[in-house]
Amino acid sequence: MDNSNYAQVSKRKAIVGVNLLRLITFITALPVIGVIVYIIVRGAPALSWEFLTAMPRDGMRAGGIMPAIVGTFYLAIGTAIFSVPLGVAAGIYIAEYASDNKLTRLVRIAIINLAGIPSVVYGLFGLGLFVLFLKFGTSILAASLTLAIMTLPVIISTTEEALRQVPSSFRVVSTSLGATRWQTVKNITLPQAMPGVVTGVILGLERAVGETAPIMFTGASFFLPLLPQSPMDATMALPYHIFVISTSVPGMPVQIQYGTVLVLLFFVLGMNVIATLIRNRARARRQW
Amino acid sequence: MEMVKGERWITWIIRISGYSSILFVSLILIFLAREGLPALGKVPLGDLFGTRWYPIESYFGIWPLIFGSVLVTVGALLIGIPFGIGTAVYLSELAPSWIKNILKPVIEILAGLPSVVLGFLGIQLVAPSFREFLNLPTGLTAFTGAVLLGFIAIPTIVSISEDALNTVPNMYRQGAMALGANHWQTIWGVTVPAARSGLLTAVMLGVGRAIGETMAVMMVTGNAPVLPHSWNALFLPARTMTATIASEMGEVATGSDHYHVLFFIGIVLFLISLAVNLTASSLALRSKKRAERLLS
Repeated sequence: MDNSNYAQVSKRKAIVGVNLLRLITFITALPVIGVIVYIIVRGAPALSWEFLTAMPRDGMRAGGIMPAIVGTFYLAIGTAIFSVPLGVAAGIYIAEYASDNKLTRLVRIAIINLAGIPSVVYGLFGLGLFVLFLKFGTSILAASLTLAIMTLPVIISTTEEALRQVPSSFRVVSTSLGATRWQTVKNITLPQAMPGVVTGVILGLERAVGETAPIMFTGASFFLPLLPQSPMDATMALPYHIFVISTSVPGMPVQIQYGTVLVLLFFVLGMNVIATLIRNRARARRQW
Repeated sequence: MEMVKGERWITWIIRISGYSSILFVSLILIFLAREGLPALGKVPLGDLFGTRWYPIESYFGIWPLIFGSVLVTVGALLIGIPFGIGTAVYLSELAPSWIKNILKPVIEILAGLPSVVLGFLGIQLVAPSFREFLNLPTGLTAFTGAVLLGFIAIPTIVSISEDALNTVPNMYRQGAMALGANHWQTIWGVTVPAARSGLLTAVMLGVGRAIGETMAVMMVTGNAPVLPHSWNALFLPARTMTATIASEMGEVATGSDHYHVLFFIGIVLFLISLAVNLTASSLALRSKKRAERLLS
């Protein structure tokens, strides 16, 4: 009796437990899908050619968001200029050059730390170093440098991981044919790892495009009558724009708020989709 | 071996890029210290760790802010741990592959949502509905912040937990099954305990993600830097350390006491994230070593 009873109880437990896990997963995933759909539904009516290409009017309450879109592009490009070469080179160093010693361990700890520092602390750092000490002022340059250092750990770790997935026999063959280390990296391992590297770069920049706190005191401005003319000018940017119009503009039309959020989501999720496609295509084509 | 022309230069460039992370962490520490440590000279230590934050009248007590951060983070973990680990267990142990193919991108989307977008949704949707359902005077409370933060921490917890569960050798599961355990008993009796240090790493990184989060928390917690007088603090407005820096730094005069104190809070945040991340990575290292020992 005891045995069959025990089996029944544990079977019932299993059914309850498995369904509980299903429910938990469902509760986690459903709001995400719901929220994306909701933003599209509420934001789409705001989208128009004027909304995307005109200056804001009437204290942001009418007109377009063009300067914020352009500013976000500038910041993304500025970030990429600094973080991509440095991050990829650092990833190459760790995967291909570094030996397992104390210094390498220190480098690893530093990268883990950079990845964990809160974004607002990056903002403070950018203010202290770039804006004030180096006297760049609140500018695209200062904001891009701040964002670049913040995205560095993402680019470094994905580059490293992509390089490590290339089988070591590739390196052995290349070296045995007389290639130097750099020639091996340049001609063999880096091209093989390229899809992974590109994916990492896009994911890093995606993070930079959506960030607000690091640019608040280093380069973002609430409203500018003109587009920035040089990297030393401040700029409007989509995330900061969303923050301002949703917290500090009384009588802000809700439709414009949702429209602006939708535009930012389009960029961020678009980058995410591109990164995923590159990764999946590379996986399907890979011959090793 | 003869160096190819220019190779020496390239090797040096790569090497220096590799070391650059050390340089940046040091620079961050140096500049936080440079702007933040003067606060210790200008505000007496007793006042700095006082219970009243009211910068206009030079009250710079940071306890209410630390309390706000801890309150919101603990609340976030109460949501993030069960839902994050539960989702990870389901995805790695139970879900058929077609469900995985749908859910994994959904979790990635959640990870990619900018925090200002979540803050916006918090103001527009979450706070008003909490105010109504919970019958509160305002929906902008620590609780609203905690719920949003929970969702922000979930992708981190899910992905690290899933990795941890995936490294549990399959023979563990087979062994449990062979002894007559069902699926559920295998999960809770064998797989999850075997992955526990990885799961702990996931939780630690979730803590790091939550305590450093700025925009969403600033937008929905109601900006009230006060120590609570009653037990329902979770359902009252609060203010975290991160939100204080973000909302006040734009208005302070460079070099004022207030300015230095905000940088000092930055140092506190830096040290917290340092501790959290070092703990997490040493836990991860330990679980990796144990997995290697078991497999060999």
